[in-house]
Amino acid sequence: MTQPYLKFEQIGMRFRRRQVSTEVLRDIDLTIAKGEFVSLIGHSGCGKSTLLNILGGLLQSTTGEVFLEGKVVDTPGPDRAIVFQNHSLLPWLTVYGNVAIAVDKVFGSTKSRTERHGWVMHNLELVQMAQAKDKRPHEISGGMKQRVGIARALAMQPKVLLMDEPFGALDALTRAHLQDSVMEIHARLGNTVMMITHDVDEAVLLSDRVVMMTNGPSATIGEVLAIDLPRPRRRLELATDAEYARCRAAILGFLYARHRVPARAAA
Amino acid sequence: MPAVSKTATLSPAAAVPVPGASAEIVAFRPPVRPALERAGEIVRHLAGVILPPLIVIALSLFVWQLLCSEPGARLPPPTKVVADAWDFIVDPFYDNGGIDKGAFWQISKSLGRVAIGFSFAAVVGIALGVLIGQSTWAMRGLDPIFQVLRTVPPLAWLPLSLAGFRHADPSALFVIFITSIWPIIINTSVGVRNIPQDYRNVAAVIRLSWWEVFWKITLPASVPYIFTGLRIGVGLSWLAIVAAEMLIGGVGIGFFIWDAWNSSRISDIIVALVYIGIVGFLLDKLIALIGHFVSHGVAAQ
Repeated sequence: MTQPYLKFEQIGMRFRRRQVSTEVLRDIDLTIAKGEFVSLIGHSGCGKSTLLNILGGLLQSTTGEVFLEGKVVDTPGPDRAIVFQNHSLLPWLTVYGNVAIAVDKVFGSTKSRTERHGWVMHNLELVQMAQAKDKRPHEISGGMKQRVGIARALAMQPKVLLMDEPFGALDALTRAHLQDSVMEIHARLGNTVMMITHDVDEAVLLSDRVVMMTNGPSATIGEVLAIDLPRPRRRLELATDAEYARCRAAILGFLYARHRVPARAAA
Repeated sequence: MPAVSKTATLSPAAAVPVPGASAEIVAFRPPVRPALERAGEIVRHLAGVILPPLIVIALSLFVWQLLCSEPGARLPPPTKVVADAWDFIVDPFYDNGGIDKGAFWQISKSLGRVAIGFSFAAVVGIALGVLIGQSTWAMRGLDPIFQVLRTVPPLAWLPLSLAGFRHADPSALFVIFITSIWPIIINTSVGVRNIPQDYRNVAAVIRLSWWEVFWKITLPASVPYIFTGLRIGVGLSWLAIVAAEMLIGGVGIGFFIWDAWNSSRISDIIVALVYIGIVGFLLDKLIALIGHFVSHGVAAQ
């Protein structure tokens, strides 16, 4: 492997509204290895989502390029499936239909009808939602919706799985449950994952590396922390683990001692 | 509790310190009470829904009766309306040839016209609405024209359409079409414009083609808006048909009213008005119901 699997090179982003141009991101350099689980953490408005959307191809960076397996990323595509923060399920489709719409489109020419059906069911089973396949999004809970969102993204067999605060809208217990599911799926499939989070514990628990971003405007990568905790990780054991506590303290120190939100600090 | 009542019925005096007769009543009461309570609840619920409109209707009829009972009153009181229009009310299916037909035939003829005109309006309106919703240029170009045209009253279109079509029936259809299309266009375009960015993102990630986006995302996502437009549209089309039929003549509930006026059958007019109101109400409910099913319960009833 001479070239890195996923590479951000000198990414910069400016938004222009009328005459005012704001620099959101600058000088983002990051390489991610295949199978790595990387979290992006930072205060609100630091451009985490912008960076993820650039990788997803939903936004075009003003400067720099993203390379995935050596190829420039400039359009959205199923090789970079996204789990959206607010699940983004289509309300008129069933749970099954929401996964099937992606599977049918991505594998329409390579898999037979029965294979596609099997693949949809396989992915629903992976997130334990097979029994609810005929329900519509408004009939299931927030945690279940997010499970379906994860199944839809996984079903595309992405090279990188993008997760935009996937558990942000969930209550603590549901969130813990889904984090365990994600860890288990990551262990089983070995996906490369890039996840945005606000939650320090979540970042430490799930990630191989945590990328900490400075405050915007003109946000950039402040620090990258490697989490050297053995997998599989169990949250109960980690609660008293010294290395876990050290990582947690390092991130908290970055976020709240050195990079407090200026507005909040002033107020 | 069941154990107690069983012993009570087996040996009332020994097990429970109450007389046998009352023990039997205790044993019977539990199954009876919930049924009665449930019936009472249903009755109370129905009463809550039905009673207020009934009271208001009864009061209005009473006031109407009072106002129109004096000798020399210009409008007939309800009792006289029912007496005068009795034939028209009890036999909606009579057919004496020509335009002398029962209410059922009059209303079905009008409904048939509405069905055709409104269907055209729905198809064209949804298509135009999607176009305007998706294209900023189409919106800028067409929206001002629509906003002006939609305020033109139905009857103002009639002379123009008579001049264009030269026949009464297509003119009536055109009036229905042109009256009901505006809310359909406007609501559809709002629906298309309001499709959440999330859905577009999903479509982009799985790389749906233009056609697939339209068919699998745009159309289903705007269904609730489309049906809001259709509901307003069907109401307007029913308004328009009555007005149009008054002028073009022939069988139809609209001309029935005009005809009744010309032969001074005021009571028939009043009965026809009630029918028109009820049919309009049912049309609205019908579209709402279809919308409810098509959108899988997302569109409001």
